[in-house]
Amino acid sequence: MSLSRREFIGISGAAVAGMALAPGLRLVELARARSPEEAVTRLQRWGLLVDIGKCHDCNACVTACHEENGVTSHGRPATDAQWIRKVELKDKLTGYVETLPVMCQHCAEPPCVDVCPTGASFKRIDGIVLVDKHICIGCRYCMMACPYKARSFVHEETTNQKPHAPRGKGTVESCTLCVHRVDAGRIPACVEACNKDGNKAMVFGDLKDPHSEINKQLASAPTTQLRPDLNLNTGVRYRGI
Amino acid sequence: MVFGGMAVVAAGMLTVSAVLAAETSAAKPTLGPTVKTFKGDKCVEDTDYMRRNHMKVILHQRDETMHRGIRTQKHSLKNCVDCHADPKTNSVLGKDGFCESCHVYASVNIDCFTCHTAAPEKNGQPPKAAGPAGLMEKMRTSAVTGTANGNQP
Repeated sequence: MSLSRREFIGISGAAVAGMALAPGLRLVELARARSPEEAVTRLQRWGLLVDIGKCHDCNACVTACHEENGVTSHGRPATDAQWIRKVELKDKLTGYVETLPVMCQHCAEPPCVDVCPTGASFKRIDGIVLVDKHICIGCRYCMMACPYKARSFVHEETTNQKPHAPRGKGTVESCTLCVHRVDAGRIPACVEACNKDGNKAMVFGDLKDPHSEINKQLASAPTTQLRPDLNLNTGVRYRGI
Repeated sequence: MVFGGMAVVAAGMLTVSAVLAAETSAAKPTLGPTVKTFKGDKCVEDTDYMRRNHMKVILHQRDETMHRGIRTQKHSLKNCVDCHADPKTNSVLGKDGFCESCHVYASVNIDCFTCHTAAPEKNGQPPKAAGPAGLMEKMRTSAVTGTANGNQP
């Protein structure tokens, strides 16, 4: 194995940075699993990769998400909340149909955060975009700003919420990337379901970890963001659209 | 006659004290809210501290969890509910529920359970008695009739 000059400098730089200056003091903190009392850091940025080539006529991710987060239907599709949905794309020339799951894209530059008048819509330091429902006044500016129609307004009183996913009338909500699971070192419910019952089309991981599965896959073949023209740098990427 | 008069006075005093005793013994159980704990011997902080400051404690924890991802159990609302939910109703709400009974007594609106579940996580069962909707209904009606004026907008 031969190293280019650039690679050699990169590796030795990382080695120097990773070395302890003194016991417990490092130039660059190593990424590792968090304990519950530790705050999230910018050492991670969580992301998802969806391989449309593998995603077929299956609803496992949607069912799992709504089950995990207690998102129930009132039988009124126009106003029911949806955190993730399957979108069908049809090539009109050939008639070829492909489907893909669309949820909050967890943008690095989220428009929903830009427009929120109260600061309820925010991006966590590890890249997860959330709504702080304690502060949300239900104005729905974020829903208008989101180019992916990822957010829903809760129109009706909610019951039987999950302890980890509070939901209430008069607030806006969307995919949280299963933040309660991620904080516990688990993967989101949609990814788990896709790998178990679905077509193994989804990969979750840390976009800042060069050795993560998602980064290896992103580096190995072309992928795209939805609406890349908006320069939002989404955390959710797609392959094969 | 003198002895007779004293006897009447004495009998009267006895009656008064008996009435007073009856009043206090009858009134005692209805004074104050029902505050029960169903799990564990001891709260995460002293009772006096929690009575005054529980709202500050959960407010602080709320921001830490929401924005910084700190998910310690000790001061979390989930932990409150897990210990204080009545196993019969599986809820901290309801007439004798830990949270609701005291909040109704103090005429303070409680907003937590319009979004958060009032049922403990362990059982996973939905609350049987007054759910969040039931509580809100109660708060609204009591505010209208003037028995409780919520201090929350």
